[in-house]
Amino acid sequence: MAKHAIQVTVNGAARGAEVESRLLLVHLLREEFRLTGTHIGCDTTHCGACTVLLDGVPVKSCTVLAVQADGRSVMTVEGLEKDGNLDPIQDGFMQEHGLQCGFCTPGMMMTAHAFLAGNKNPEEDEIRRAISGNLCRCTGYVNIVKAVQHAAGKLQ
Amino acid sequence: MIPPSFDYHAPKTLPEALELLGRFGGEAKILSGGQSLLPLLKLRFAEPAHLVDIGRIPGLDYIKEEGGFLRIGALVREAGLETSPLVRSKYPILVDTASVIADPLVRNLATVAGNLAHGDPANDHPATMLALGAEVVATGPKGTRTIPVAQLFTGIFTTALAPAEVLTEIRIPIPPLGSGGAYVKLERKVGDFATAGAAAYLVLQGGVIARAGVGLTNLGPTPIKAVDAEKYLAGKKPDEATFAEAGRLAAAATIPGADRRGSVEYKKEMARVLTTRALRIAARRAGGK
Amino acid sequence: MSATPRTSPEICGMGHSMKRKEDPRFIRGQGNYVDDVTLPGMVHMAIVRSPFAHAKLKKIDTARALKVPGVLAVITGETLAQYKLHWMPTLMSDTQMVLPVEKVMYQAQEVAAVIATDRYAAADGVAAVDVDYEPLEVLVDPFKALEPGALVLRTDKPGKKDNHIFHWEAGDRAATDRAIKDAGVSVRQRMYIPRIHVASIETCGCVASFDKAQGKLTVWMTTQAPHAIRTVFALVAGHVGLSEEKIRIISPDIGGGFGGKVPVYPGYVIAVAASVVLGKPVKWIENRMENLQADSFARDYHIDAELAADKDGTMKALRIKTVADHGYTDAAANPSKFPAGMFSICTGSYDLPHAFAEVDGVYTNKPPGGIAYRCSFRVTEAVHAIERMTDVLAQELKMDPAELRLKNFIPPEKFPYKSILGWEYDSGNYAGALKKAMDTIGYADLRREQAEKRKRGELMGIGISSFTEIVGAGPSKDFDILGIKMFDSCEIRVHPTGKAIARFGTKSQGQGHETTYAQIVAEELGIPAAHVQVEEGDTDTAPYGLGTYASRSTPVAGAAGAMAARKIRDKARKIAAHLLEVNEDDLVWEPGKFSVKGAPQKAKTIQEIAFAAYTNHPQGMEAGLEGTAYYDPPNLTFPFGSYICVVDIDRGTGEVRIRRFVSIDDCGNIINPMIVEGQIHGGLTMGMAPALLEEISYDESGNIQGGSFMDYLVPTAVETPKWESGFTVTPSPHHPLGAKGVGESATVGAPPAIVNAVVDALAHLGVRHIDIPITPEKVWRILKDAGVAE
Repeated sequence: MAKHAIQVTVNGAARGAEVESRLLLVHLLREEFRLTGTHIGCDTTHCGACTVLLDGVPVKSCTVLAVQADGRSVMTVEGLEKDGNLDPIQDGFMQEHGLQCGFCTPGMMMTAHAFLAGNKNPEEDEIRRAISGNLCRCTGYVNIVKAVQHAAGKLQ
Repeated sequence: MIPPSFDYHAPKTLPEALELLGRFGGEAKILSGGQSLLPLLKLRFAEPAHLVDIGRIPGLDYIKEEGGFLRIGALVREAGLETSPLVRSKYPILVDTASVIADPLVRNLATVAGNLAHGDPANDHPATMLALGAEVVATGPKGTRTIPVAQLFTGIFTTALAPAEVLTEIRIPIPPLGSGGAYVKLERKVGDFATAGAAAYLVLQGGVIARAGVGLTNLGPTPIKAVDAEKYLAGKKPDEATFAEAGRLAAAATIPGADRRGSVEYKKEMARVLTTRALRIAARRAGGK
Repeated sequence: MSATPRTSPEICGMGHSMKRKEDPRFIRGQGNYVDDVTLPGMVHMAIVRSPFAHAKLKKIDTARALKVPGVLAVITGETLAQYKLHWMPTLMSDTQMVLPVEKVMYQAQEVAAVIATDRYAAADGVAAVDVDYEPLEVLVDPFKALEPGALVLRTDKPGKKDNHIFHWEAGDRAATDRAIKDAGVSVRQRMYIPRIHVASIETCGCVASFDKAQGKLTVWMTTQAPHAIRTVFALVAGHVGLSEEKIRIISPDIGGGFGGKVPVYPGYVIAVAASVVLGKPVKWIENRMENLQADSFARDYHIDAELAADKDGTMKALRIKTVADHGYTDAAANPSKFPAGMFSICTGSYDLPHAFAEVDGVYTNKPPGGIAYRCSFRVTEAVHAIERMTDVLAQELKMDPAELRLKNFIPPEKFPYKSILGWEYDSGNYAGALKKAMDTIGYADLRREQAEKRKRGELMGIGISSFTEIVGAGPSKDFDILGIKMFDSCEIRVHPTGKAIARFGTKSQGQGHETTYAQIVAEELGIPAAHVQVEEGDTDTAPYGLGTYASRSTPVAGAAGAMAARKIRDKARKIAAHLLEVNEDDLVWEPGKFSVKGAPQKAKTIQEIAFAAYTNHPQGMEAGLEGTAYYDPPNLTFPFGSYICVVDIDRGTGEVRIRRFVSIDDCGNIINPMIVEGQIHGGLTMGMAPALLEEISYDESGNIQGGSFMDYLVPTAVETPKWESGFTVTPSPHHPLGAKGVGESATVGAPPAIVNAVVDALAHLGVRHIDIPITPEKVWRILKDAGVAE
């Protein structure tokens, strides 16, 4: 089985890797690039703990091959903070107690970050639908919704 | 979970893809959105030796009305369909359908064409496309052919597409004035497959139903076109009694299996209830409301 | 929702909604979960699992697997048997296979483990292990397993002639029988509380690293109880040379526990064995399907309950008989003397003069377990029984369920209240919570709306649950795990500059201990919580404790924190007296400083005192400022609350929609209101989930149904209602801070509120009970049979 030399822009920096065809993007990020903020919570594309942005679009990185990301850009939770400034969604999660164990949080924030880029003033049910590909077991979602609203307020 | 080993190919053109598919025959699988295929590989339910990724072929990501059809290119994502201004204004049934497939993150990658080509009776677009009388364009080594969606599904997870063919386009006849459609899905939670789903399409003329389409999700080994219900609806007034009878006929066309989502009896009843509800919405939309 | 905080926002003691100290790392993706741990030379382990629920193991052929590139070794039961490590004890003094030698007892049981250079090769290796099984008769129904002549499953136990595990009972059987017979009215209802799984978003796993040169084993693992695990490892593997001082368990950040990370799973033990044998660090991370299919389950109680009352509704007696399906071994996570946990809390919030409860545990061909799913030991089952029975009784008496509850609540003046089944409830104001819930939701208006809707054929229901929890195990006279008493601990060191580090025997899995515990220390010492570093989870540094589950952290370890701080304060008083040259008795304490009575300008801050403790301590006194406490609680704590749920039902599909859900909780004094409310929201969601969605079941061949997130329906934000939470405060009289546990109340209290609401919506159709999960089909079938389906 041939290996593929790929180039991926990760959080703004060009990264290269030699990968097996079957390597999942989440494993490339976590194990090759040591970006362990992206998590794995299921095998069947349900939980969203592995959510990253692929060319700006939130996707489940356990259901994308690393080779599919060749020549494209990936943003992970580690890329949210810019020049020492938290992204509004990070601040929202902290201020509104939108996280407990923290395991779903990176994926949840990536989804919300992308959602807010396209929807500046979302209704509560729009937020709930937008995050419905990300499972949280701890918070009951009420404070995650508030966290997204908090970030939306800051972005306005 | 870890997929088995395979070789990955990323053709830059359609002919290149067709050449690869021709070369590998049944050993290859087409990778498009990958949202059904990659989970299958991770579960090792399939072990293809080659994946041919058509995702890098330019020019297949279009939604346009042309030649009497709404044409949806092979690489249009569910999210693209859901948010397309054209689709949102003229094809609410497609928005109904796309917006209940899996979850928003899956829809960012999953393609509409893949939802059909996978041949899964639990997928949602087949019912809608059956109701709308859509056809698909299959491109193979010998050129292209069109296949009516009504002839696409040949068995559970099998379609009329040949191994060396790519589903390159979906064609939906542009709906005439006075038409409307709706898709209604019963699911336990976001991300679950349908317990049952019903798509209805009505063309109204002079206060009666001129033409009707009814498609059903996850109610048999293949997506179901409820032909008896469609025939019954033609020429009838779009009222509650008509919809109720059409619902009964649609239910009679189903052959569901019992599973955790419901018994055979329940699913057949849901076919009736959902078909009736979808017809009601379709009629309202056909009336311009 | 709580009294004004005693401390300033700078100190941030109890009652402040301090932002969490753990969040800065989590929101940056800088948490350190077990799968993030990578060591030089680390290899990966993956497990081969049985496709059969019961089968003889004829042959394991590892030849093909060993040829897979990257595969280093395959470990089987035979490998472990050489070291007598193929069986291990369970927390309930039963035995459990680590890897089988003769037969497998449930589908997905561990059969062999593949060690490889990376996780991809390990997975390939698993696929290449060829196992020859001879399928055996399967027992999935616990009632059939109890029948005379049933196939005996535990043939490994010499002389075992049936599948019965234990009989447990509480109360006076004869007196209860008499009271039921003599009562004006009695109702009986069978109910099944099905198997469910905690499904924390992080699965279980470990990195085991054995350093041959030092003889030291370090294991990073997903455990809620690292210290107990260390002792268990020392006891289980002592004979192969592991000695407790050479074992270090590190519980890193944990991605949700809910009870599922209390047990010792075979995977951990195999990884440890593999590391010892190979001399390399071994990582094992379960996938989701393994997690759902093989890790400990919760619930699985078949309950038959009877509740008797006078005709005016005064409750007289409760009788409950339960069959508990434990799977093939009793690996429940209960205190040793409580095989049915605290099920005897089943008299709930009511002043019942007679009660009798019994539970029989049974072996079947299912995975072992009996853990909590975000509740104290078997309390959810008990609360479900009594809160359902109360509604069944109300229906029988044609009484409003709120009125029946208010009539029978233990009144506030009866606390501390000795229940007929032997518990001493510490404090409560049950009517206060219910009335607040009724006012918040507008109970009377909802009843009027319901009556009108019913006339129009629309289905809506209102359900109440007024639960009493029992948490914070527990007093050493009754509570131990494998003989270790269920105290917990805290060790605080105040540094010369007046900052502190506090270490605890518990382990947060999202509850926010780093914040809450810091606030407890701040409350007691006046050191700003921002400057109290909290650490837990490393057995080499933290004091011994029994861990975090059953809502015991605040009641036990939190109390230990307060007591350790008070020891420091006692010493600080001596130092202050020395510095101010007054008698100790002449000093008064306010958060952060001692001042002289009548001369408040003469004062020493805790920071000044801390500095003096290292620079200018009194002659004859030891230097330093440290305190340690091992807290043995005098009693459990009894949080309570009342929940009201409003549902609407789709007459066509049978779908239940929760329109509103009001929760009023009382967990005594509140340390961090923001965190407490978050715990309630999460708990409510994990109460709603099994009420409407989640279930693990088995077909007659023992094949699991619901073994992946395709079928195990964890709710998303769309299915989850917008919770409306409120509080009352009734302090615990015996806890040093007046606090009670809270993390699990809502999971315990919510399910019956939802079921009661659905039954209430359908009561006029003759419905008295529906088993959870309430699926659309179950409701639809009722509607159809009643002739009212759309």
